[in-house]
Amino acid sequence: MTSLGPTFGRGSMTNHWADIKNADVIVIMGGNAAEAHPCGFKYVVEAKAKRGAKLVVVDPRFTRSAAVADYYAPIRSGADIAFLGGVINYLLSNNKIHHEYVKNYTNAAFLINPEFGFKDGLFTGYDEAKRTYSKATWTYQMDGQYAKIDPTLQDPNCVFQHMKRHFSRYTPEMVSRVTGTPKEQFLKVAEMMASTAPGNKTMTILYALGWTQHSIGSENIRTMAMIQLLLGNMGMAGGGVNALRGHANVQGITDMCLYSEVLPGYLSSPTVADPSYKVYVEKRTPKALRPNQMNYGQNFSKWFNSLMKAWYADKATKDNDFAYDWVPKKDGAYDVLDIFERMHQGKMNGFICSGFNPLASVANKNKIGAALSKLKFLVVIDPLATETGEFWKNYGEFNEVDSSAIQTEVIRLPATCFAEQDGSFTNSSRVIQWHWKAADAPGEAKSDQEIIAALFMKLRDMYKTQGGAFPAPILNLTWNYKNPMFPAADEVLREISGKTMAQIKDPTGKVVLEPGDQLTGFAQLSDDGSTACGNWLYSGSWNKQGNMTARRDPTDTSDQNLGQSANWGFSWPANRRILYNRASADLKGKPWDEKRAVVKWLGDKWGGNDVPDMRPNAKPEENVMPFIMTAEGVARLFAPAMAEGPFPEHYEPFESPLAANPMHPNNPKAKSNPAARVYKNDMAQFGSAKDYPYVATTYRLVEHFHYWTKHAELNAIVQPESFVEISEALAKERGIKTGDKVKVTSARGFVKAKAVVTKRMKGLDVDGQKVYHVGIPIHYGFKGVAKPSQLANTLTPFVGDANSQTPEFKTFLVNIEKV
Amino acid sequence: MATQALHVVARSATTMTPPADAANTVAVAKLIDISKCIGCKACQVACMEWNETRPEIGDNEGVYDNPRDLGAGAWTVMRFNELENEQGGIDWLIRKDGCMHCEEPGCMKACPSPGAIIKLSNGIIDFNSDNCIGCGYCVQGCPFNIPRISTKTNKATKCTLCSDRVTQGKDPACVSTCPTKALTFGPKEDQIKAAEERIKDLNGRGYQKAALYNPQGVGGTHVMYVLPHGDKPEQYNGLPANPSISPTVGLWKGIMKPVALIAMAAAVLTGVVHYAVKGPNKVEDDHDIKA
Repeated sequence: MTSLGPTFGRGSMTNHWADIKNADVIVIMGGNAAEAHPCGFKYVVEAKAKRGAKLVVVDPRFTRSAAVADYYAPIRSGADIAFLGGVINYLLSNNKIHHEYVKNYTNAAFLINPEFGFKDGLFTGYDEAKRTYSKATWTYQMDGQYAKIDPTLQDPNCVFQHMKRHFSRYTPEMVSRVTGTPKEQFLKVAEMMASTAPGNKTMTILYALGWTQHSIGSENIRTMAMIQLLLGNMGMAGGGVNALRGHANVQGITDMCLYSEVLPGYLSSPTVADPSYKVYVEKRTPKALRPNQMNYGQNFSKWFNSLMKAWYADKATKDNDFAYDWVPKKDGAYDVLDIFERMHQGKMNGFICSGFNPLASVANKNKIGAALSKLKFLVVIDPLATETGEFWKNYGEFNEVDSSAIQTEVIRLPATCFAEQDGSFTNSSRVIQWHWKAADAPGEAKSDQEIIAALFMKLRDMYKTQGGAFPAPILNLTWNYKNPMFPAADEVLREISGKTMAQIKDPTGKVVLEPGDQLTGFAQLSDDGSTACGNWLYSGSWNKQGNMTARRDPTDTSDQNLGQSANWGFSWPANRRILYNRASADLKGKPWDEKRAVVKWLGDKWGGNDVPDMRPNAKPEENVMPFIMTAEGVARLFAPAMAEGPFPEHYEPFESPLAANPMHPNNPKAKSNPAARVYKNDMAQFGSAKDYPYVATTYRLVEHFHYWTKHAELNAIVQPESFVEISEALAKERGIKTGDKVKVTSARGFVKAKAVVTKRMKGLDVDGQKVYHVGIPIHYGFKGVAKPSQLANTLTPFVGDANSQTPEFKTFLVNIEKV
Repeated sequence: MATQALHVVARSATTMTPPADAANTVAVAKLIDISKCIGCKACQVACMEWNETRPEIGDNEGVYDNPRDLGAGAWTVMRFNELENEQGGIDWLIRKDGCMHCEEPGCMKACPSPGAIIKLSNGIIDFNSDNCIGCGYCVQGCPFNIPRISTKTNKATKCTLCSDRVTQGKDPACVSTCPTKALTFGPKEDQIKAAEERIKDLNGRGYQKAALYNPQGVGGTHVMYVLPHGDKPEQYNGLPANPSISPTVGLWKGIMKPVALIAMAAAVLTGVVHYAVKGPNKVEDDHDIKA
């Protein structure tokens, strides 16, 4: 999400599940869709069977996805940027790009500040002490309000030329040296990708945590996003960059801001550097960088003010800056790693843990356990008896703790699971789908909203009767539910979708909506206080016609069998199914591929098989470009919002089998991501290849879902016990036979598991040395009915991506021995 | 597919004439397209849920296969096989194993107990445990090594092709859950046509020897595979290239059957003598028991 936003303008899967069937080439890399998304994988199978699509899998292991692929290439974990950078170089040096698309729909022509540069693995502006970049030179050359461009793409300072120079170092030989992928196999994959450069061919990329869970995770995705732009595959049916989310509702979680960086709808959170509403809004309201562009982000104040109206209703007014002062101002990082770092430092008293099993799911289990031990109280809200709820209990070698030394009071509140309550899921495709309660919850279990409401009502009561330091945000919060102790899910979705606070008229003066009516969509939002909306992106999901997310009409609404199904649920934004779909047509509005036309110019308006991602009446000659959420109007090959550089660069994982970054052997500062945040104590807990010579990577199995299904008998039957996978060569080197019990050790701890010795993994030749992987499925623990085990995250390092702080679960070092 | 009236057309150790109407029943088949199968085991789970079987939670024995083998609680299992291919790459061959529902079933031929194994007019071979004596002949008689004797009930068990669901016009549980549609169910004729389409696609992807597995040695089967490596079915965890009912099935029966029959009703004893004297080499011998 932290890479797609800076590149395209929105941080989400660009196409949708059913659309995968429209692809000509399907690449699975940084993910294993057959394993983690077996139901969505049906569209991969359909593309192969019905379109003759080719499936390519690049992965350290020959996976279940690879089992049905047309082509598989191995890669060292953590070397994806080298591989994909090599593809960019291949496309550019072999002239396999979609020229018109690149020239018009990306910032290839934009001129960059001549001071900008890249040397020895570092971009200009690096501050080593702070491990951050000043982005002063990562800027466009300006001509007044607008950025300068060179449509010939010849200026040495234009993005295109910079990009060409930057990636020229990623030769096939260098790619092979860094990734361990044999050169001819790399070239075969590059060639298959390049085959989709013509306008009537598309490639889709399916990835997941195999790309995000790296210290360079966001740039992994960025590199592929650039490839898709160079090939002209964005906005196209069967194209896109498709982030497959790992839970039924992860997309919903990020949309609704269940993390600290943003408010609902990806509105950037206020920080201590935004002392006033005026400063806050001005900083976040971009000015168009090219003439005639939609620059849709200019509507920021409408979204923010409407959000505040949803939260504070008539208490949020122009006079009090729409209650801006009541919103928390971030004074630092509050991502998951930072929260546990603070807890570990003893800076937190209590922790409410709802639908979250951090002892199992956050990096370095022993650190998490130690951190939880420093709390005064821990509240666990969950349908299952999680490891986190029993972090204090000794489970022998599976959880070796001294219970008597832990004073944390643990309060466990049994919660309902999704099938025991009404609500909605937002899937990877951004489709919000209502679900209905199917069964009563057992015992005393209560739904999340009931628990949170009870907590809120109690807190509000305490503030009312006893006062407090800052009661206004609590006392003034809107809480107009029929039963304030149990807000119903449909009441909440109505709030999120939004309603009017005053009459709304159309340009002719006709009244469209009366006060209190549900809004039709975010185009009606206003910053004058006349609209309330809990998440501008979800606006229209519950309109005057009712709950759009409850629609279940699978009929394909396209006229070309594209699988659009516009009347199934509600896809944000505005029920649009394929993002940036204006880019599926040329400058004149004629589809690049008439057989898969997403939208086109109909002579007087945009229309076709999707809700146009464009002002409907924007005539082609107005040159309104397709990436309406960027100030440029185009997508960014050069993306200054990224923390570690506007172009992706290969950096080694923090625990690497190599002594140096082969791209920058003489600059230790450029070995690993120079802008990744590393806490002092965690640095000391990084292991070296001398003690831990093998590259470990963690992943899922299709038989299980995270740490839940080990509680379910059927899942335990089909995959009962923790195991690790190693190649035959490594097994021989370590004297291990398949089925042996082995101990895998990292600098942070160990796990014991059964060995699965497999031909599906091979030693790779990387920079003159042999690199072996150890594959570690994550699902096992000391609670549930599957065989007990240590938690896999006992091994993983506490370092994250420089943009999202997603922990580096996918690459670290271990040793392995027979028990 | 649509509901249709089903009839029993054959019973183990029984001579019977199928009802005339049985000839109108459409033969069915489950097609397992290995080129679409990702080995997710959803079929295994659906099978256990529908049939309410729960094998023990086992161990990992160094492979992905779990439960490790077919059993009274596991009527279908995925079998995983890794091979280095001629191109220097890897094939991960994953096969859903279970009853093939042979047109000429070896289990039924071997079974000495009247009505313990029946054949339905649509081709399904079903076990009726009320009549099963747990002798294990069906295990010996099966060229695919499918039936297992339950250690709890001492009865033979295997996949029923969800005959209960099929009777109601529903697909077998495994088919209805398969996320990639690697499993399909319908009239056998249609399934053969669908397989031909798949084989064309596979030929175009370099699998020149892709083939339908519908072995004639057992008269064809009502569970068929699309095999990308159609010339080497053994690579798929020992799927027999030319399965047939072993002639020893009959012979074995000749020696052991009297022992087994002691446990049976006295009514068949006369037939036993007749049977032992006459020699049991041919299928018709079964019919002679009650002749």
